Formats: sequence, structure tokens, C-alpha cells
Amino acid sequence: MPVTAINAESLSYSYGERAAIRELSFSIGEGCLFGLLGPNGSGKTTLFRLLSTLIPVQKGRLDICGHDVSTKQEEVRKQLGVTFQSPAVDVRLTVRENLSCHGRIYGLHGSVLRERLALMLERFGLADRASTLVGQLSGGLKRRVELAKGLMHSPRVLLLDEPTSGLDPRARQDFWDLVLNHIRGSGTTVVVATHLMSEAELCDQLLLLDQGQKVAEGSPVELQGRLAGERLTLRMRDAAAVQTAVEKAVNSSVIVSGNQLSVRVNDPATQITILLNQFRNEILGLELTRPSLDDVFLELTGRSLLVSGDAHA
Amino acid sequence: MHSGAIIALTQRELIRFLRQRTRIIGAVGQPVIFWLLFGAGLRTSFRPPSWAAGLTHEVTYQEYFLPGVATLIVLFTAIFSTISIIEDRREGFLQGVLVAPVSRLAIVLSRISAGTILAILQAGLFLLIGPMLSWIGAGADIHVSWSLSRMLMAAVFLILIAAELTALGFVIAWPMNSTQGFHAIMSIFLMPMWLVSGAFFPGGDSGWLFWLIRINPLTYGVAGLRRLLYEQALPVTPELPSMLTCLSVTVFATIVLIVISAKLVSRASANNSA
Repeated sequence: MPVTAINAESLSYSYGERAAIRELSFSIGEGCLFGLLGPNGSGKTTLFRLLSTLIPVQKGRLDICGHDVSTKQEEVRKQLGVTFQSPAVDVRLTVRENLSCHGRIYGLHGSVLRERLALMLERFGLADRASTLVGQLSGGLKRRVELAKGLMHSPRVLLLDEPTSGLDPRARQDFWDLVLNHIRGSGTTVVVATHLMSEAELCDQLLLLDQGQKVAEGSPVELQGRLAGERLTLRMRDAAAVQTAVEKAVNSSVIVSGNQLSVRVNDPATQITILLNQFRNEILGLELTRPSLDDVFLELTGRSLLVSGDAHA
Repeated sequence: MHSGAIIALTQRELIRFLRQRTRIIGAVGQPVIFWLLFGAGLRTSFRPPSWAAGLTHEVTYQEYFLPGVATLIVLFTAIFSTISIIEDRREGFLQGVLVAPVSRLAIVLSRISAGTILAILQAGLFLLIGPMLSWIGAGADIHVSWSLSRMLMAAVFLILIAAELTALGFVIAWPMNSTQGFHAIMSIFLMPMWLVSGAFFPGGDSGWLFWLIRINPLTYGVAGLRRLLYEQALPVTPELPSMLTCLSVTVFATIVLIVISAKLVSRASANNSA
């Protein structure tokens, strides 16, 4: 049985009258890459603040690395590395000054501090930028400094809040390569709050949140497996005209968007053959995909992650 | 105690200050200009207060104004260094400090120590150089003590005033979300507080102004500093309290303000997470 890094029992939090999190229980094993997935207003930011000890537990119980967050705040804080959505690096300080200041706040000093500093600069590809003011770095490099800062004191739990928001796909990829490289084999537990499918799919375990409540929990594959069948998308000459006929042929409801028809299929081989036989001249293209996490979320809540998420990104 | 964290955070403040040259000009420039202009403008109309009767020289307005200007430099420095709390909150740096395993008092003390160091450096420099200006004819005659013991005592007292005002700035800045709000407080509260501290003019003998000056804690800071600028002991008058009173009030106010600051930081509010 794996060691538990984070355990939450019936966690609730409200801002005045408005409940942000309701009766949330979950458990995260040590070394796990754990994703909190949900649209804006799902309570994921509140949960992140609770985990990072910025706000106190109001109801329920939260343990991190075996310490109750309410009573052993300082013990918990020593184990945490936190990367907030808004940058916490000081733009008027150099990369080295930022990391050094952070290390000393966490009690590092002398040769331990120097060695750790050199290691982090090296590992995060910042060695040649050590004396550059952080304000002069690109967005991707700033995020790297942020990450190096969060890991400077070798935390057992790393918390990342929308870590790649505002980054281009290339920088996003770089960021995750660094995170995954760093934690591999180190036993560091990583909790990432995100609304990005690509990030969620990297996780070992996911917690789907909606309106402050747990919607589902499991590995991406397990969650995707919850939806029977695959999604078949057909590009048609005139989608609306053949909608009813296609529904009859596959015996399932069809969603039309533009010139595309989208349908859930349980036996793709047979159903595609039927469709091809019947509508060969109408079909311009077809694609068979496993259900995405967004499909799962849509199925469970009736809401899409993408719509609200994209407005934010 | 988290001395490593306090030193690291204090050092960060000092580095930031040195990289923002305009802050130095802002904190020292205006008070010095005030001192030179008011000193020249009010020279003839100034009537020395009763405590100056025993002195062997006549106290000019420029000399009277000297400890007041030093206090203004301290006040401005304290304001600039606590306004940065609001910037740190907005920029996100503060969040990173709040989730660190350091006591909340350490967070307060690092701010106060940085503000105090910057304030005494600037005000101390002014107190050294200001009187010299009269030697080259840039100001009226100023007769202050140049003995080492007096200067050391004045420096220690200046540290107290600086800690007091930085802590006051902290209490004001912490709950604020915008620097504009702080500027408003500065105009309607901090500047008037300085004006009625005996820094700018000696208070009347009675009436509301007299009482306003007496209940103002900063009055005791200015008066204490004024006493330490002279070799001989000045008499105790209604507008110039005794050194013991000055010291007690300033120490008491500083401690109270630090305690309030630490309470504010410990209060886990929505503001802390914003």
C-alpha cells in the first residue's frame, strides 16, 4: 500500500455565504502526479489555497505529509513547494538572488545553500542567466525560475497552479519536461490545478471538480473508460440533410456542428461499414477517437471544460 | 527565531531600494527642499519657543525645523518601503513568503528592519550634512552638538522613530489593495500627523491645536530628537516633553504597532490570498 502524501476528509470552505468547496474527500499517494481538473469557479483555486496553507481549513480535515494543516502549519509549510499562477519571483532581483533569497527563507545557508543553488541553476538551464534580472527574462524562462524556486528547498510536495498559463506550446512542453525529469524517481508528489486537457492527460490521477464538489476521480484512462464506446466524427457534404438518416443507420443520437456529424459508437468496425455503404458519396472524411477528458466532464456535469477554460487561457 | 529569513528578506528590500534610484530622490529631495525654502522664507517671522530662552544663541527657523525635516525623511522612507507591500501583494511575491515556514512576526520584522535601515541612513546623512550647509552660506546659522555621544544617542533615537513609523506604515499598507489608497491616507493622515508634531511649528499654548499636538505620538519622537541635538539639557515645557516621556511614548507606540502588524499578518483572511 502506497504512503499517503495528502489526505482530505469532508473538506468544506465558503467565502461568507458562498460555498466554494463542499464535503470534499480525496487521497493522494506519495510520488503521484495528481491533477485537479475543473473549469473556473469549480473550487479548484480554493482547494489550491487550502493545500498551500494560504487560507485556513474551515470544516473537515486536511493532512499533508502526515501533519494536520490546522495544527502543524509550520511542519506542513516546510514540506511544500508552491508555484502560484501569478509569478512570485521578484522581477527586480537576478535569478541567483531570487533563488538564494528563497533558499534562506526556507532555512538553507552556507555551503548547502551554495551547492543547492548551483544544482538548480544547472538543472533548469539557468546557469548562464544567473546574473540577469528576472524582469528581463522571457515568459518561459520566468516560469523556469519560478519552478526552480519552488523546488529549491527540496519539498516533498510540489503544488502547481495553472503553471503554464500564458505560455506558448513550446514553452509549455519545456516546462513539463523539466517537471517530469525532476520528479522522476525522487518521490516528490506533484499536485497541479489545471483546465488544460494536455496537462491533465500527463497526470497519474485526476480529481474532477465542478461547483466545489467531486465529480469523478481516477486515472485519465479509467475516466475515459467510463464512457462506453468511441466518438466517430464524420465530415459531410451537407451534414444537416443526412442527420436523421445517419441516426437511423447507427441507432444513436447524432450531434451536428457545421458540416460535421458526431456520434458515439460501440462497435465502430460494423457501424463504419454500414455508414460507408450507405453514405459513401456524402462522406468527405471520418475520424475515430477515444473519448477525451472533456467528453467525460461533459457527460458527468453537462458542462464543457473547454468553453469556460479557454476564455481564461 | 527565523533570523536567516529576516536577513534574507531585509536584504531583498535593500537591493530593491538601491535599484530604484527615484525612491532616494523622493524620500530625501522634498524634505530638503522644504527645509531650505521654509528656512529662508520664514526666517524673519519666526519667534523662538520658550524652551529656547536658555540657549546662548538665537534659534533660527532653519535650526528649529532641522529635527522636523529629519523626521519627514524618516516618514517618507517608511511610507515608500511599506507601499512596496502592496506592490508585492499585487506582483505575487508576498504569497510566496506567506506559504513559507517563517513566523508571521519575522515577516513584519524584516520589513521594519529594512525600512529602518534605509530611514536612518538617509535621515542621519541629512542631520550630518544639513548643518554644514550653513557653513558655506546656504542656510542660516545652526548650532547643534557635534559630540560623538550626542550623535550616537540621536542615531539610536532615530532608529526608534524609524521603527515606529515603518510599523505604522505596515499597519496601514497591509490591508490595502491599491497604492492610491495609501496616497490618500498619506495626504489626510500621515502628513497632518507630521505637521502637528512640533516638527513644522511650535504648538500654541492652549486650544485644540495644543491638545492635538500633545496626543500625537510623533510629537514625542520629534521632541526627543530635538533634545539630543543640543549639548545642554533643554527645559521641560508644555511643547517640549522630558526625554524620559519622549523615550517611553516612542518605545510604547513602536511595540504596539509591531504587535498589531503581526496580528494582521497572522489573520488568515481573503486578503492574504489575493
